[in-house]
Amino acid sequence: MAAKTLTIDGRQITAEEGETILQAATEAGIKIPTLCHLEGVYDVGACRLCLVEVKGTPKLLPACTLKVAEGMEVSTDTERLRKYRRMTLEMLFAERNHVCAVCVANGHCELQTLAYSQGMEHVRYEYTFPKWNVDNTHRLFGMDHNRCILCTRCVRVCWHIEGAGTKNVAGRGGKSQIITDLNQPWGCSESCTECGKCVMSCPTGALFQKGSTVGESERDRNKLEFIVNAREKKQWNA
Amino acid sequence: MERLKIATVWLGGCAGCHMSFLDLDEFLVDIADKIQVVYSPIADVKEYPEGVDVCLIEGAVCNEDNLELLHQIRAQTKVLVSFGDCAVTANVPAMRNQFGLGNTESVLQRAYIENAQYNPVIPKADGIVPKLLDRVLPLHEVVTVEYFLPGCPPPADRIKAFLGQVLAGQVPKLAGTQLKFG
Amino acid sequence: MILNDLLQLKEKELAARKKILLRCCMAAGCISSNSTGVKEQLEKAVAEAGLQNEVEVRGVGCMKLCCEGPLVAVEPANEMYVKVTPENAPSIISALQGGQANVDQTDPNAAFFTKQLSIVLANSGIVNPERIESYVALDGYLALHEVLNEMTPKDVVETMVKSGLRGRGGAGFPTGLKWGTVAKSPGSKKYVICNADEGDPGAFMDRSVLESDPHSVLEGMAIAAYAVGADQGYLYVRAEYPLAIARLQLAIKQAKQMGLLGAGIFESPFNFNVDIRIGAGAFVCGEETALMMSVEGKRGTPRPRPPFPAESGLFGCPTLLNNVETFANVPAIYRKGADWFAGIGTEKSKGTKVFALAGKIKNTGLIEVPMGTPLHTIVEEMGGGAPDGGKIKAVQTGGPSGGCIPAQHLDTPVDYESLGKLGSIMGSGGMIVMDEGTRMVDVARFFMEFCMDESCGKCIPCRAGTVQMHNLLDKILKRKATARDLAKLEELCDMVRNTSLCGLGQTAPNPTLSTLRFFRNEYEDLLQPDTFDGGANHSQTVTK
Repeated sequence: MAAKTLTIDGRQITAEEGETILQAATEAGIKIPTLCHLEGVYDVGACRLCLVEVKGTPKLLPACTLKVAEGMEVSTDTERLRKYRRMTLEMLFAERNHVCAVCVANGHCELQTLAYSQGMEHVRYEYTFPKWNVDNTHRLFGMDHNRCILCTRCVRVCWHIEGAGTKNVAGRGGKSQIITDLNQPWGCSESCTECGKCVMSCPTGALFQKGSTVGESERDRNKLEFIVNAREKKQWNA
Repeated sequence: MERLKIATVWLGGCAGCHMSFLDLDEFLVDIADKIQVVYSPIADVKEYPEGVDVCLIEGAVCNEDNLELLHQIRAQTKVLVSFGDCAVTANVPAMRNQFGLGNTESVLQRAYIENAQYNPVIPKADGIVPKLLDRVLPLHEVVTVEYFLPGCPPPADRIKAFLGQVLAGQVPKLAGTQLKFG
Repeated sequence: MILNDLLQLKEKELAARKKILLRCCMAAGCISSNSTGVKEQLEKAVAEAGLQNEVEVRGVGCMKLCCEGPLVAVEPANEMYVKVTPENAPSIISALQGGQANVDQTDPNAAFFTKQLSIVLANSGIVNPERIESYVALDGYLALHEVLNEMTPKDVVETMVKSGLRGRGGAGFPTGLKWGTVAKSPGSKKYVICNADEGDPGAFMDRSVLESDPHSVLEGMAIAAYAVGADQGYLYVRAEYPLAIARLQLAIKQAKQMGLLGAGIFESPFNFNVDIRIGAGAFVCGEETALMMSVEGKRGTPRPRPPFPAESGLFGCPTLLNNVETFANVPAIYRKGADWFAGIGTEKSKGTKVFALAGKIKNTGLIEVPMGTPLHTIVEEMGGGAPDGGKIKAVQTGGPSGGCIPAQHLDTPVDYESLGKLGSIMGSGGMIVMDEGTRMVDVARFFMEFCMDESCGKCIPCRAGTVQMHNLLDKILKRKATARDLAKLEELCDMVRNTSLCGLGQTAPNPTLSTLRFFRNEYEDLLQPDTFDGGANHSQTVTK
């Protein structure tokens, strides 16, 4: 593997060829906000929070899928990017019904954490207050579409770590939703192995263990990474 | 030094923010000589006064009374603060918005008839019981709001930090976990 | 099949010509006003008059003046009957024998026809799209033969570069450069895909090409496949085009039977198969990465580029993706030469462009004009201006990704750069004319609603941003918005354009931005005074 030298936020760093900007930045201790990214599964570049500026490129590019290149000059924290990130977060809050006060993930929610760390103290866009259902048909888990941000982490862990392929996305635009099997109630799913990885991967309170109440939904994300490392790199000791 | 005229108002909310305000404990004593509480659910004042400097508003805009009072507050106050999640995001009171516009009848039906153990009747008294708005709104969708103090409720130290900055003559600016919803 | 067979086929077809040719439009537009019945009755009337040996009734593709359909053209008299009904058939046939047809005609020497220059549509309305022989008679597949026998793949790419052809799907990427990249990308398996997922409101250029001259697209794809080293092609057609799909299926079958597609084309070692994939109705599947996901059988959502399809496309293999019109240009370029093609159009935009002329205009239909033709020529001279003496207010190009060009800029030449400068785009060729009765905020909301409904939902700016922008436009139209709402709208436009994942989101604000640029007063007229603060005077709120 050839090493590449590049600049991130004015700092010269080296990275291995094939690494993403996000990986290189993380190794260098530079934190880029992410939401759809999850260690252990492939990236889709959907949430647009990790967008960075690359010198010489007019377009903003997602750090999670952008590969390092020699001499690249990357900015991850410009005023423009901060503004766009805040707008993205505000749009997410306005899009569905995120009521932190009564959410299982309160205090452990990545959306909530991102919102305050990006300085979002209120939402300037009109809340749309859509009507979404809660699927409580599963024996162990529940899915509250009101809190879903469509990051598709659950879909990816279900297909690519568990290999069950239970979760998927249906519909278009703002009407998209996560479904189980061919849009059956979760409890009727024959493909679901009840492994709970989707619940573990969810950044918000959309997927939850039944019986947990406000603020109780803590997740152990390292488990997903552990499984992937164990399988692909044959490393079982963290 | 003239004391800062402070008001606190309780719109559509649970009063939790005011409870948290009372949790300021000895800080309230510390600032007692710097502020004058001119209107508050915890003070016996009937009319919202003129010339208020800062007003902390708890709760969302849920009914016609809320709406009228908020416009009055805006007209008679220099600085408005959305105090707590209901004021900032409309929060729990706004969960009825999901049932669509024109939900007020069904919401009242559910609350006062279906779930009533005694005397099921929807309260109606013109001039006394305010009519519900079609949609519950956060304050800033109705009037201009200068500052936001989120939290459900905002913890006392957050209120303290905010008021401390105001009293120190700074432009109040909360950051990081002090902006956490919920 | 070898060259001689092809030439023999051509001779045979030419020899079978009859003295009089009646061309009857059998493209979707005219069929919807019963041209099928017209053709049947014409054939019947010919038989009844005993003219079978002198008159050929040929079902052809689009004859362009769609608003006057069904159309029937007579050769060699050079007449064109309009709005023909089946009952008119005997009258038309009797006119061939010296009578007078009691059917309206249009002037084939009108500007609508004479200002056109046909390359892509050269065969449209002339060949029978359901008979490969009809295409061969007009030198069809000769270019493919020459390419396979006389040229190396490198020569083919070089010719394409020299021609200056740019992608007709909308963005105008140089086709030769794209071919060259795919050709150079390492990989034993490569694909050629034709994007026929035409979805812009008001656009029907690609449909007409596929319905009228499917073989030109197939031949173009085969030439491209040879150039880049692909042996498998896919035609991605939207399901809403059943006639185009049927004709393509037939065309592929006929070409395979003649050895012009499939294994060992023209008895050379070159193999090329084409399969059709039918889109399920998502506009976003016209975006290349989403299209490839759909061909792979997955949910059609775009993915970030790079990697570009030329390096890693369909099933991870290098993939060449061009649109219908681009491929339809290809055979002519190899038949007549790159220099000939490069001689048409402007310095940076070569060749012609097909537009679907629609909206508040007299002559709606298909036009093909050299690049650089002023918009004025298209809408006023060819289109005949607004109907009923109205005044044209603006021309919308590029569909939901494009913009509105106001009347004062109608002298703009149609090329990629000039339209871009006005905040619009060439787009795939939809051209919607608006008259003074059109409210521009309505137009902006219409296109925003379209994008909102068609957003795939993958990335947040497009999914949620289009909803917010649409709601703001709606608020403005309902006269409930204030200046601060308008400012919010503009901020959102900027954000969605810069942060969305694919072209759909990145260009969704364009109709709003361009109408704001040229018709800002129409927005401002709808705004309400800001009574947000109850009319009170507060220094803090005013300065904020």
